[in-house]
Amino acid sequence: MTVIGGGIAGLCAAIAARRGGAAVRLLEAAPRPLRGGNARHGRNFRLTHETPLDYVPDRYTADELRAELRSVTGEETDRVLTEALIERSYSIAGWLIEHGVHLQPPGTGVMPYSRRTAFPLGGGKAMINALYASAERLGIAINYDSEVRSILHSEGSGWTVNVRSTGADAPIRTRSVVVCAGGAGADPAWLRANFGSTAEGWMVRGTPYADGRLLDLLIGAGGCAIGDPTTCHVVPVDARGPQFDGGIVTRITSIPLGVVVDRSGARIDVVGAGSQPTHYAKWGPRIAACPGQIAYLVLDTQGLARAAPSALAPVTAPNLGELAAALQIDPTALLQSIEDFNAAPANAARTIAEPPFAAYPMRPGLTFVHYGIKVDATMRVVQADGRRHDDLFAAGMIMAANVLRRGYLAGLGITLSAVFGQIAGEEAARHVRG
Amino acid sequence: MSAADPMLEAERVLRICSACMYCDGLCPVFPAIDGKHNFSLSDVSYLSNLCHNCQGCWHDCQYAPPHPFAVNLPATFADLRQRSYADHLWPPALGRAFRASSLAVPATVALALLITFALVLGTGSPEALRTTYAGEGAFYRVLPWPVMAGLAGATFAWAVIAVTLATLRYWRTIAPETAISEILRALPIAFSDIITLRHLGGGGPGCHDHNERTSQRRRILHHLTAGGFVLSGLSTIAASAYHHLLGVMAPYPVASLPVMLGLVGGVTMTVGAVGLLGLEARADRAPSDRGETKLNLAFLVLLALVGASGLAVLGFRSTPAMAPLLTAHLGLVFGLFAALPFSKALHAPFRAAALLRAAIDSNRRASARAPDASGDSL
Ligand SMILES: Cc1cc2nc3c(=O)[nH]c(=O)nc-3n(C[C@H](O)[C@H](O)[C@H](O)COP(=O)(O)OP(=O)(O)OC[C@H]3O[C@@H](n4cnc5c(N)ncnc54)[C@H](O)[C@@H]3O)c2cc1C
Ligand code: SF4
Ligand code: SF4
Repeated sequence: MTVIGGGIAGLCAAIAARRGGAAVRLLEAAPRPLRGGNARHGRNFRLTHETPLDYVPDRYTADELRAELRSVTGEETDRVLTEALIERSYSIAGWLIEHGVHLQPPGTGVMPYSRRTAFPLGGGKAMINALYASAERLGIAINYDSEVRSILHSEGSGWTVNVRSTGADAPIRTRSVVVCAGGAGADPAWLRANFGSTAEGWMVRGTPYADGRLLDLLIGAGGCAIGDPTTCHVVPVDARGPQFDGGIVTRITSIPLGVVVDRSGARIDVVGAGSQPTHYAKWGPRIAACPGQIAYLVLDTQGLARAAPSALAPVTAPNLGELAAALQIDPTALLQSIEDFNAAPANAARTIAEPPFAAYPMRPGLTFVHYGIKVDATMRVVQADGRRHDDLFAAGMIMAANVLRRGYLAGLGITLSAVFGQIAGEEAARHVRG
Repeated sequence: MSAADPMLEAERVLRICSACMYCDGLCPVFPAIDGKHNFSLSDVSYLSNLCHNCQGCWHDCQYAPPHPFAVNLPATFADLRQRSYADHLWPPALGRAFRASSLAVPATVALALLITFALVLGTGSPEALRTTYAGEGAFYRVLPWPVMAGLAGATFAWAVIAVTLATLRYWRTIAPETAISEILRALPIAFSDIITLRHLGGGGPGCHDHNERTSQRRRILHHLTAGGFVLSGLSTIAASAYHHLLGVMAPYPVASLPVMLGLVGGVTMTVGAVGLLGLEARADRAPSDRGETKLNLAFLVLLALVGASGLAVLGFRSTPAMAPLLTAHLGLVFGLFAALPFSKALHAPFRAAALLRAAIDSNRRASARAPDASGDSL
């Protein structure tokens, strides 16, 4: 069988299928150093546990997770899949450990312990490396730099997967396919098609390889789409960061400590964004609505001192006039905005008064889109007419919208992808073994 | 690799790391930069010695090349670590010798060997190197005791003084402003970190000796090398106790304390050093620094030669080979001591100083953040 995509979902599918007795090939579009998709940028993952575990203290029950999920997704969600996710989120850490992943003992390093989430030691990329090592040990054939361009159902049974590798296309015949190619959105053309021309100024926080091609192929072949291709999780990121794969370090976290202006120097605000951890997800769309999809966070010395470090040092200047010049925005408008703000500072923020001043240019950074392919409880892709092939599966972010049609819970992305990847792998192995 | 100005490169990379912190469980470097926006020369000098080059943060880095951020913390630190040695050497003029350490160390050892052989020939008869000696005092017929003890004492004293002064200069650069009581409270922690080589555990799974896989090999081999070095030193002390207190002259019987210590010490030091050389040969090049690799090689080869030649003296002490082997061994030992202050040996006291500062800082850093404040990175 063939697994398309070597992110966390694809790895879990491949390993589960191999352990289920199937011969497995894993096709990954990225080159080896960039393998692993977005889990490389992940820090921790959510899991339930009734009693304290070595790597997560306290307890976090299935009921709590169920209630939290309901509060973000509302009623519009697949109950069966949600229950499978909740149930398996209990055993996922043990399974990952069994396959070589090391989890960070609580209380080490600088992170406070979390009863809801476990932290892979060294972060997501370390976890990915461990899973690839396990996959190799188990005898899974792995091809990097191998982008799937099309999949065709063969007459009778099985599939032909067309792979582009080092410029040449080659077909692979396979009995069953598990698509774990990630969510869509990393392709500027895909973004433009779904979000319009305002998507021009966006950054993509994750892998450039999750480009929506496989999702489009599945839908084109009759697969049932689910969710809304124009709703997404988007946060403010440093405009000077890389177009793709900026990950966590380009996120601008200190908005509550300063003032945001657009490129005309006019102040913008988001009612109710406050300083909650969710303020990022509220500011992203606001910046996306700005002219040129750019905005500037202005801080004074006090604000900067309280800000968390971010990848790129801010633009600094001894006074607001020079700051405006450095940012190429109208100094009078900027001064006016700051003056107005200082006259009535927002709740968490203080006045922007003490020089030197600093600014971060910000753009919207796409994290994921609430859109994907519909699957059943065995991860088989569901066609628009309700039918399904018994040898075509999809798992991970590409089908996350079955559960998460809106909202997000911290640490759910990796758990969801790992759990559904596992199920897809088990089911596909069961299918090929007959 | 690092940019032209290593200080700028360090600031660039450390900024990214302190925004990221995914590696915070790997080693004490990350807790030490938590929340910091800016890094002074002293910080960087401190951090570079807190890094023991396990290469974990290279393999685990989401921003390693070909990512445009091209973070390579181990290589950045390796470069800065060598600068921190060179900048603090005593006498300061040694800095130049150090920069060419992979030449200066072998040259010093060669010179020491030459002098030793010359002294053997000059103080004994030219026949000295071809005669079989046996019985009490045999070694001193090759090189008279006062010469042997004098050279050993002088080179050893030089090593101790120079290394101590370099370490003090280094400590002055990195020391936090602190009361003696704080230092005293941190000492046991630092001491235990040093003795157990706790951080060579990579936060648990060990070092990345080669590629993504981890092992405890480096930690074990380092323990063997350092332990063997200490045992060999103890053997010398035991021997001089026999000489001065008991009035018995070397060579001592195999079952005696000096020989047993020397035997075990020599074997473990040689095995450890050869093993570490093996790891060095297999190590990934991208996160390594050529200069540091050469420094490591020079020092490890020297340790292995000292250990092996000591064992050879023991093995062949009742044959005609004893005199040349002893001469070579003594030359290597004098050379080791002479070269110690500008060799990789400096990593030991510098790292110890860095661990002391880390212990002071972590005592101060009461767990500040509240549990469950940690969401994921989205
Ligand atoms: C910046 C950031 C931080 C995050 N932090 C967290 C966190 O802390 N905790 C958490 O739980 N979640 C986090 N997430 C979400 C989490 O990373 C994702 O939910 C999860 O990694 C998705 O895994 P996946 O395998 O389904 O898809 P992806 O990671 O998108 O992987 C898809 C894979 O498929 C490959 N691929 C795509 N198209 C093709 C093709 N045509 N042919 C072959 N291969 C192809 C890609 O190269 C890629 O490797 C974060 C996401 C981002 C962007
Ligand atoms: S080495 Fe890379 S992954 Fe680790 S903390 Fe630094 S930037 Fe983050
Ligand atoms: S190489 Fe190892 S010791 Fe050095 S900074 Fe990275 S994780 Fe820490």
